[in-house]
Amino acid sequence: MEASLFSLPFLLLFLPAVVVLFALAPARWRGPVLLGASYIFYWMISGKLLVYLLVSTLSVHCAALWLGLLQKRQKARLQQAQRDEKKKLRVLFRHQQRRIVLAIAVLHIGTLAVLKYSSFLAGNLNSLLTLLHWPALSLSFRFAVPLGISFFSLQALSYLLDVYHEKIPADTHLGRLALFLAFFPQIVEGPICRWQQTACQLWQPEAPSFQRLTLGIQRILLGIMKKVVIADRLNLFIQNLFDRQLSDNGALIALAALFYTCQLYMEFSGSLDVVCGSAEMLGVTMPENFRQPFFSRTISEFWQRWHITLGTWFKDYLFYPLSMSAPLKLLTRHFRRKWGTHASSLLSGAMALLVVWCCNGLWHGAGWHYLFFGLFHFTLILGGSLIAPLGTRLTATLKIPVDKLPWRLFQMIRTTLLVALGELFFRANGLALGLKLFTQMIGNFSLTPLLDGTVLTLGMDLHDFFIVAIALWIVLVYSVMKERGKDPRQLLTQRRIAVRWAVYYGLILFIVIFGAYGSGYVPVDPIYANF
Amino acid sequence: MEKLLRILQDLLPQVDVKHDQHLIDDHLLDSLSILALVSELEEEFDILIPAVDIIPDHFNSADQLWALIVRLQQEG
Repeated sequence: MEASLFSLPFLLLFLPAVVVLFALAPARWRGPVLLGASYIFYWMISGKLLVYLLVSTLSVHCAALWLGLLQKRQKARLQQAQRDEKKKLRVLFRHQQRRIVLAIAVLHIGTLAVLKYSSFLAGNLNSLLTLLHWPALSLSFRFAVPLGISFFSLQALSYLLDVYHEKIPADTHLGRLALFLAFFPQIVEGPICRWQQTACQLWQPEAPSFQRLTLGIQRILLGIMKKVVIADRLNLFIQNLFDRQLSDNGALIALAALFYTCQLYMEFSGSLDVVCGSAEMLGVTMPENFRQPFFSRTISEFWQRWHITLGTWFKDYLFYPLSMSAPLKLLTRHFRRKWGTHASSLLSGAMALLVVWCCNGLWHGAGWHYLFFGLFHFTLILGGSLIAPLGTRLTATLKIPVDKLPWRLFQMIRTTLLVALGELFFRANGLALGLKLFTQMIGNFSLTPLLDGTVLTLGMDLHDFFIVAIALWIVLVYSVMKERGKDPRQLLTQRRIAVRWAVYYGLILFIVIFGAYGSGYVPVDPIYANF
Repeated sequence: MEKLLRILQDLLPQVDVKHDQHLIDDHLLDSLSILALVSELEEEFDILIPAVDIIPDHFNSADQLWALIVRLQQEG
């Protein structure tokens, strides 16, 4: 089976079979059914690479139990200890626990580094040696990367760190942890869940119901529409501009960058719709990974609405621990006296932010263009924070109504254009090509190809543009409703049966008739599954 | 509590910091303003706020922040 949530074997065979089994199983067997299905799914896609998932699960389980044991011992010893002994005991136990967490972190991050980054590092090392006129080393690494390793590794580490910080107790039930890490819809493209969000409800999911089933199917249909009608239809145009470079016109390259931004969102959020919809049918509510990101007024806000679970992971386990570390706190305190609270916090925040964005860029893949993508967003966020007070003063002086629609619209368009610029480098195959495309976009900008019909010869004709526009309009209406606090799917369930089924059939027919599949179309690969 | 409200008001001049219950959920306090706030609180109240305590449940309102400060002061 291919690693796609949109493949017909998954949607028409595997998922329905699991839903039927889940519905037939007694309540206490529903968790084990999901675990069995998840391992079968993983085996069908990754085969023997399942061993990585098993090692991760077992190592984290044992380490968490060990941490739990040490924490119990620490409490018992502290109760008996004298006041002056308590501090020493705390330090002693903290060091023991830190060593365990460090060992597991090294195991997980080391595995990721070897599997995903060794080839990149070896290539760069050889380039450096060549530059120094030294003989290159014959280093060649090619490893098969297990499905979803970037996702389940982060989940495993978050569980262990939460146990270490005593936010949650170590769970003695191996099955619950195994399912938390392996849940089949989620392992392909996330979301990156926290223990408190899904672990217990996965093992003891809600009873199946007709309402959950229909809500789940609705969500899956929406995801399929985003992927098949929009993302796949845009694919040929994007490939022609980015991979085959059929034009060096700036306007067309800018359009391709915008289309890629749209494709990435439709593919990724569509996949997450399938994940959340599948989970909903199986009695589980997953955390949302997107909150209408293109309604963001700043880049900082954009990242609070886009790939939310990755952003919060980096914030909680990297940004705060780094910026609150003793050296950075000392630095903040030192500069606070000279520069004031805002500027000194910005300095320590910026240093932590730099690490976070380098990691964020590299999490997406081993390549300089991914690192550049991370640094691009770091610069925008930091620059935004630096000029925010100036911007506030300027809008006040010019008496710009900042809460009115025209200004908000201007900010949203500005944010979208900046995001698309970052995606240009993200999509380009290598940093050199990214810079070349960027130079062409600026230096050779002319609207002529958009007006003389050239734009219709690059993989999308007028019919394609029209269909994409209609599908985008549907997504926009849905997003506006969500932004206003209304849930379109819940509203639909309150409508009469005739209206509900008309919408379902309408959506199915729309996908079947206008989906970009068959000869002449190349479906886009699950983009985030590769990360 | 007055001191805390003054610090919050300086940081968020346009917000009713005394009554607002969603400082984090409504994105009024972002990551960098939290760092500024933590730095100020640590100095003013002579406490050490560990990274693990930086969660929405502690920073969503002035009352929650006050409870955190009192707890950390008691823990010494």
